[in-house]
Amino acid sequence: MSLSWMAWTWPTAVFFLAIAAILTVMGVLHALHPSVARVGFLGIATQRGDRLFLSLLGSAFITLAWLGLVGPNLWWALVVSLVYAAAMFRWA
Amino acid sequence: MEKRENQKAWLMILPVVVVVAFSAIIPLMTVVNYSVQDIFGPNDRVFVGADWFLAVLNDRRLHEALLRQFLFSALVLVIEVPLGVLIALAMPRKGIAVSFSLVLLALPLLIPWNVIGTIWIIFTRPDIGLLGHTINSLGISFDHTASPFDAWITLMLMEVWHWTPLVVLLAYAGLKAIPDAYYQAARIDGASAWDVFRYIQLPKMRGVLTIAILLRFMDSFLIYAEPFVLTGGGPGNSTTFLSIYLVKLAVGQFDLGHAAAFSIIYFLIVLLFSWIFYQALNTIGTGDRR
Repeated sequence: MSLSWMAWTWPTAVFFLAIAAILTVMGVLHALHPSVARVGFLGIATQRGDRLFLSLLGSAFITLAWLGLVGPNLWWALVVSLVYAAAMFRWA
Repeated sequence: MEKRENQKAWLMILPVVVVVAFSAIIPLMTVVNYSVQDIFGPNDRVFVGADWFLAVLNDRRLHEALLRQFLFSALVLVIEVPLGVLIALAMPRKGIAVSFSLVLLALPLLIPWNVIGTIWIIFTRPDIGLLGHTINSLGISFDHTASPFDAWITLMLMEVWHWTPLVVLLAYAGLKAIPDAYYQAARIDGASAWDVFRYIQLPKMRGVLTIAILLRFMDSFLIYAEPFVLTGGGPGNSTTFLSIYLVKLAVGQFDLGHAAAFSIIYFLIVLLFSWIFYQALNTIGTGDRR
């Protein structure tokens, strides 16, 4: 089955593989160590999956903000996103 | 006794996962792929990285469309929610009048969206439309095809006429669910009509009103058919909302990369608000105050 109609590129393939890998790891983690909801600095009860969702969504906005305000070199945006994701997982 | 989750339940949702994959995930992945390329043809495309996103972020017309979209959604909420509550409060509580009112209110909700636009085009035409002709006969110049202000007025009238009944039905359901004992207690305490509304009806309607606000915000934020049929985004770009601008880019100009990057940003905004609203909905009735 040809997937050329989806117009794949290497960067987008790597991006989606990374997302799939993260979801797989999260699924396995949930099976081994079920997530327990906790209330962090957001003031709402979050599970591991919620924190992942917030990390990904926030990272998307960080990247867009970086692109619009700083420029097209997005490596630092990735670093900021990783720090943000770590903070979400630790304290959210 | 320890409770165990039944993991076999996951199998039951497999058909939904497959449907969602084909209807949403694969198209979304394709849009992401398009957003980083300049597409000239099925096999003729060039990788451009984040250029389309940069173009979208610096697109003045998109900024204007986004502002229009927020203004439209804000006006929808500011007008429809209080009006819906007022109508619900004024509605009869028993007898045949209840059924009659409910059917009458539900009628606009049953009309297809593109038909709504057509109805209002004819209704507001200055030459043959009942409303347009009447306003012009009074000496007030009114033409939604020529004046941006008139176009907005017509659009808001149409939107309020179409969707306020939904708020009314939800608010009415909330009011009907309040036990009589509350009203009896209020009467004994000598509470005024305003006190009853402020301290009994409004708090008791909190859940349904939150749902109404969420639904109306999301619907108005994604609106396409009615303004497209009524004004086509004009006059000029005065009623060009995000979805109309997106269709112009993707279908009108066949600017697929640009439209794909725009779609992703639009999707992220909707996703953010959906999450906020989902959290708000989850707290309803739990007693959580944030």
